[in-house]
Amino acid sequence: MTRVLRWDVLVGALLVAVFATGSLTVPGFATTGNLSFALGDLGEIALIALAMTLLVVAAEVDLSVASVLGLSSALVGALWDGGLAIETIIPLVVLVGAVCGLVNGLLVTRLGLPSLAVTIGTLALYRGLAYVVLGDQAVAQFPPAYTALAVGDVPGTPVPYPVALFVLLAAVTGVVLHATGFGRALYAIGAQEQAAFFAGIRVKRIKLLLFVLSGTVAAFAGVVFTLRYGSARADNGLGVELAVIAAVLLGGVDFDGGKGTLGGVIAGVLLIGLLRNLLMLGDVSTEIQSIVTGLLLIVSVLTPRLVSVVRPALKGTP
Amino acid sequence: MSAHPTLALAGVSKSFGAVRALRDVSIELYAGEAHALAGENGAGKSTLVKTLAGVHRPDQGMILLDGEPVVFTGPADAQRAGVAVIYQEPTLFPDLSVAENIFMGRQPRRSLGRIDRAAMRAATRELFGRLGVDLDPGRPTRGLSIADQQLVEIAKALSRDARVLVMDEPTAALSGAETARLFSVVEALREHGCAVLFISHRLDEIFALCQRVTTLRDGQGIASEPVAGLTHDDLVRRMVGRDLGALYPKQDAALGDVALRVERLTREGVFTDVSFEVRRGEIVALAGLVGAGRSEVARAIFGIDRWDAGTVTVAGRDLPPGSPTAAMGAGLALVPEDRRQQGLVMEMSIERNIGLTGLRSLRRGVTISRRAERDRAADWAARLRLKFARLGDGVGVLSGGNQQKVVLAKWLATEPSVLVVDEPTRGIDVGTKAEVHRLLSELAGQGIAVLMISSDLPEVLGMADRVLVMREGRLTAEIPRAEATEESVMHAATRRAA
Repeated sequence: MTRVLRWDVLVGALLVAVFATGSLTVPGFATTGNLSFALGDLGEIALIALAMTLLVVAAEVDLSVASVLGLSSALVGALWDGGLAIETIIPLVVLVGAVCGLVNGLLVTRLGLPSLAVTIGTLALYRGLAYVVLGDQAVAQFPPAYTALAVGDVPGTPVPYPVALFVLLAAVTGVVLHATGFGRALYAIGAQEQAAFFAGIRVKRIKLLLFVLSGTVAAFAGVVFTLRYGSARADNGLGVELAVIAAVLLGGVDFDGGKGTLGGVIAGVLLIGLLRNLLMLGDVSTEIQSIVTGLLLIVSVLTPRLVSVVRPALKGTP
Repeated sequence: MSAHPTLALAGVSKSFGAVRALRDVSIELYAGEAHALAGENGAGKSTLVKTLAGVHRPDQGMILLDGEPVVFTGPADAQRAGVAVIYQEPTLFPDLSVAENIFMGRQPRRSLGRIDRAAMRAATRELFGRLGVDLDPGRPTRGLSIADQQLVEIAKALSRDARVLVMDEPTAALSGAETARLFSVVEALREHGCAVLFISHRLDEIFALCQRVTTLRDGQGIASEPVAGLTHDDLVRRMVGRDLGALYPKQDAALGDVALRVERLTREGVFTDVSFEVRRGEIVALAGLVGAGRSEVARAIFGIDRWDAGTVTVAGRDLPPGSPTAAMGAGLALVPEDRRQQGLVMEMSIERNIGLTGLRSLRRGVTISRRAERDRAADWAARLRLKFARLGDGVGVLSGGNQQKVVLAKWLATEPSVLVVDEPTRGIDVGTKAEVHRLLSELAGQGIAVLMISSDLPEVLGMADRVLVMREGRLTAEIPRAEATEESVMHAATRRAA
């Protein structure tokens, strides 16, 4: 495939086009304040998308991330209410997220169940646990030093702290995925699991690790979400998994595994973020925003397939 | 025999972009005749088959049906004209019965459009009767051997009144007995006036089964002639355009210490009490029928499957069960049976496939050195005389023989002390086959212990210092090179009276 026609490059171009259109037509879009807000608003999705990219490249998926985020938020609230220090709460909650991921991973690797089914199950389970922990109440009044970290910008820049963290983690993830043996192994597992296993790659161990990572990151995103809104609720982050998966697939990662780049995913995340922001500025209802996310998801899965059908037809059969 | 061939190609050319797959090729298939198509991988056999099957349309030349020019607009059109293709790996619906598979889409009906199962079974039984085959029409096709599945495909073709049967490497995955049965079916088809086009890399089969042979080389028809009067060497020369020398050049190598010792290895219900050892410099063949448990033993040794009892020792170290990583660490390498599923990641490039077994050794700091990866691939590609355009190309564009070389490269790059190869030359052309044999011999000469599983008896007899024979999950014989003959090996493999 020629370089110009690569999917992730196309998404990058689309991102630029949307940005340009937005700046020219929507007042208040291309301001530092708005863009900083848009990025901050994207923080949790972006963080979770990093771990999700690794999973999907290895031909697995974790649909329970938003529920882990909710459970984490509920736990933060309950424990804070119970008088624990926030410094104790954060590691504890992140650990719970790791355990949630471990449960997903064990069900997938030890019992050989499909991750799609397992994590639909735990999507309901973990959200249910969130309600058990906190019920319908909301807990607020977190220490200002911490909420400031979640909403504030890195001094001297318009970059919110969570975004700065994302940039750092994205760099690490990019290196891991594209330059290390571990990343190579992920692509091999996603493209041809049997051949990967025959090449001595510890397939199950790696998958287990990915699920634990996904749960951990989702729980941490729950902490960020809670502090950013200053409100712990069991229904926090409802439906975030769809936005994450839409961003990953839109970024050109094949749902069947083995294909995709982190650069593409970052472009996908930003594209979804910008579109959501534009819709918000245009006073479009959340229902319509949800429809747009859904359509993007379908388009991103459909287009590469269409291209792979149309391209040979244009060239003549090989 | 009628004056006109049932089906013929006259002066057919076909190009794909710059690649000229067929150049002015002619072939005539007569009723009642088995016609062999010989040629190395990439010679144009597949293109010719697909042209006959209506998948490709010739750029030049004609297809003649009973002497009349025809144009096949697609596979369905060719099927209507009576051309049926049996592929190496049949594609049946596993949960439907044998009879339902045969009559898929054309089931006999009763009133109200209900399917007449009794009639369908009876018709199936009649078809099997004509072929001299004993299969239950009512059983599901899941669990049938590949050989039986092929018979179902042949019956399906017959039920559609196929007059030309094209068989694309049907014997590649069959055992000796299954091949013999397939041959008798082909004889039956000929007697019913079918024209058969038979493709095989095993030249013995061409001599045993066919009356005529057409040889392709680089897309050109080299010769179309009666098989009688041809020798093995004649045919090889037509295919490769040169003399190959000995096909099985195992040199004597000094035997060293025991490199692999397998003791009383058992995996319940699969194989039992398997004990043997392989010394450095030795090639030991593991022979037997398909399903005797040979590949399963290899898989267990390498840690793909767990074993229930027994030990595997490599260079004095016991291996833990079920860990390919540990097996690799101990110096084992496995070139598996199924290249496309187990040997290669088809979507990855040549260099990345070769690098996949060296993710640790290619590391510089925390990242993989692309330069080291490319050097490793380039080095092994040169040593194995791999034919490729760029190392960054997908491994899927290579021919079968060259793909097998990539699998070998990937494992040789780990510098193993014990190399297990499972059907190393299945489905690859004669030229590459000779190269693989030379390579295995060289490796043994360098002191590597080689365990070779093969269903190709001449290969077993030509290459092995010792032949181990398995039957129904047990080792039944150990035959030294001097005493190994087709008879002694087949006898041990089938327990038939010699």
